[in-house]
Amino acid sequence: MADAAIPARVGAGLGRFEALGACLAEPKVVIGSGFILFLLVLAIGAPWIAPKDPLEQDVILGATPPAWMAGAEPGHWLGTDDLGRDVLSRVIYGSRVALTVAFVAATLAALLGAALGLLAGWRRGWVDAVVSRAVEIWMAFPPVLLSILLVAVVGAGVGSVIAAIAIIDWTRFCRVVRAETINQASCDYVTAARAVGFSRTRILMREIFPNVLPVLIALVSLEMGIAVIVEAILSFVGLSVSSDTPTWGGMIAQGRQLIHQGSWILAAPLLMLFLTVLAFNLLGEGLRRALDPVLRR
Amino acid sequence: MAGAPYRLAMAAITLVGVAIIVFVLLRVVPGDPIAMMISPGASPADIAALRAHYGLDASLPVQFAVWAKNLLHGDFGTSISLHRDVISVLAERLPATLELALAALVLAVLLGGAIAIFAVLMGDSVLSPLIDTVNGLFLAVPDFIWAFVLVFIFGVFAPVLPLSGRIDPSIEVDFVTPFYLIESLITLRFAVFLDVLRHMIMPTLALGIPLAAVITRVLKESLREAMVQDYVLLAQLKGMSKLRLVTQEALRNAIAPTLALTGVQFTFLIGGTVIVERIFSYPGIGNMAIDAVINRDLPLIQGLTLVFGALFIVVNMIVDFMAMKTNPRLRHG
Repeated sequence: MADAAIPARVGAGLGRFEALGACLAEPKVVIGSGFILFLLVLAIGAPWIAPKDPLEQDVILGATPPAWMAGAEPGHWLGTDDLGRDVLSRVIYGSRVALTVAFVAATLAALLGAALGLLAGWRRGWVDAVVSRAVEIWMAFPPVLLSILLVAVVGAGVGSVIAAIAIIDWTRFCRVVRAETINQASCDYVTAARAVGFSRTRILMREIFPNVLPVLIALVSLEMGIAVIVEAILSFVGLSVSSDTPTWGGMIAQGRQLIHQGSWILAAPLLMLFLTVLAFNLLGEGLRRALDPVLRR
Repeated sequence: MAGAPYRLAMAAITLVGVAIIVFVLLRVVPGDPIAMMISPGASPADIAALRAHYGLDASLPVQFAVWAKNLLHGDFGTSISLHRDVISVLAERLPATLELALAALVLAVLLGGAIAIFAVLMGDSVLSPLIDTVNGLFLAVPDFIWAFVLVFIFGVFAPVLPLSGRIDPSIEVDFVTPFYLIESLITLRFAVFLDVLRHMIMPTLALGIPLAAVITRVLKESLREAMVQDYVLLAQLKGMSKLRLVTQEALRNAIAPTLALTGVQFTFLIGGTVIVERIFSYPGIGNMAIDAVINRDLPLIQGLTLVFGALFIVVNMIVDFMAMKTNPRLRHG
């Protein structure tokens, strides 16, 4: 174990620009972040990019098919839903909720989990025992059920969805960061830092934390993909934002019911969700590989 | 390796923790379950009577003590939305979920195992990166998305499978047990068996595909490692065929890490039944859990979360036990 940890530490001392270069040399990072950037542009520029108002109803144009199918209505590239709302515009606007939840929820979960993981892995003893037991109890809940439970009791809305994801998924970060902290703490450089007389807090934050960071960054990206899915699931069940705001999950729920009237109503948001999850996964995998010197070799 | 009594004690602590968290969580937050179940015209006296009937008028610690005492006597309380014993509702619905989860597990093990062995037999051919890429895709995409992809394939493009339910409502059979699949097979009612099976295909695939991908990745990795060990090379020199090398020599030693991970992932699969059952209107405890939460049916939610918690713990214990059986080094001490 100790042997394996040494190269990790040596390599983790990459300079900032070196690390950036390593990331950009990894095709997975480029493809993943490229798509996420594209989504970000869509989300921010939605009012200018979307061809129609996503809420504008036109019952006469209910469930018209996409442009390449017979009976399509000009201007509605991906067709309309049963209320005549433009599917393309709704998918574009849907990226707003998806990305907001992804970025905020994953960051909060990471902050909470990493803090507890660092603390447990560094202090050990009773702190570790309490944190580890809490993680175990937490993980005995099915995450989907727990998120529905939390949102149902706190009330629907983006804030609740974000809070639910952070409260549930901090365990993912906590487990990994704790293990990595314990691993790093047994390295020679920590012993050396102790011998020099650095304070415990300084060793943890200035010496150990930078070496745990690469794992943490990759995990955050993976968590963003999970957050997008959880938001979609909660929207699907009807517990996310109000039905006025277009969300991919809400559109999927609608498309599931209208499956025999128009499969495009389900296909469009499903494809976006699929690509988004894939992009965050590629990015996470790529980052893990680029930032981990053992894997890179 | 800690002893069995220690593990049982830890499992009990976890379960009690789950019970306390759910109980407190459901009661400290605003929202009145009674208000949701009565008609708008009920008088305050009616509401108070109902509240007393469900024991919701007592203080929190008292409510918990009563609930815990009843639990130990096998009484899970009465469901507020279904007006039935929670225990009998659970007994009716749990088998549906168990059949589904186990079917998905079997599918994942067979599929993932077969692909892993195939990949190792193929060695470093052009197929290897292809298998890895496809497998990576299957790993990244969760059950929620697979479910809808399947809805598209078998519901829209080739509408050959039923989109919802557990059994065709036009089939009239009396089941003695709630295990429809197993019972119809044992009693040799093949038409019924096939219908139940057809209803299970899509949810089983949605749940099983991501797990199969996990198994493929880990098993392939472990098999590759085992294939270059001295004892395997020796068997190869003795003239053993590659198929036998992989399935008999390497597999035996590669199985332990796969087993451990499969166990952990299986608990995630059980959690995944919640949303997959919902998508396919499959009448298991997962689907019911969503309704219970939306209806704020406290006794039912409590019963359900305890069942899920217990399932997780039992699965973990089985995995530990099997790890001990397959890894001789863990058997002593």
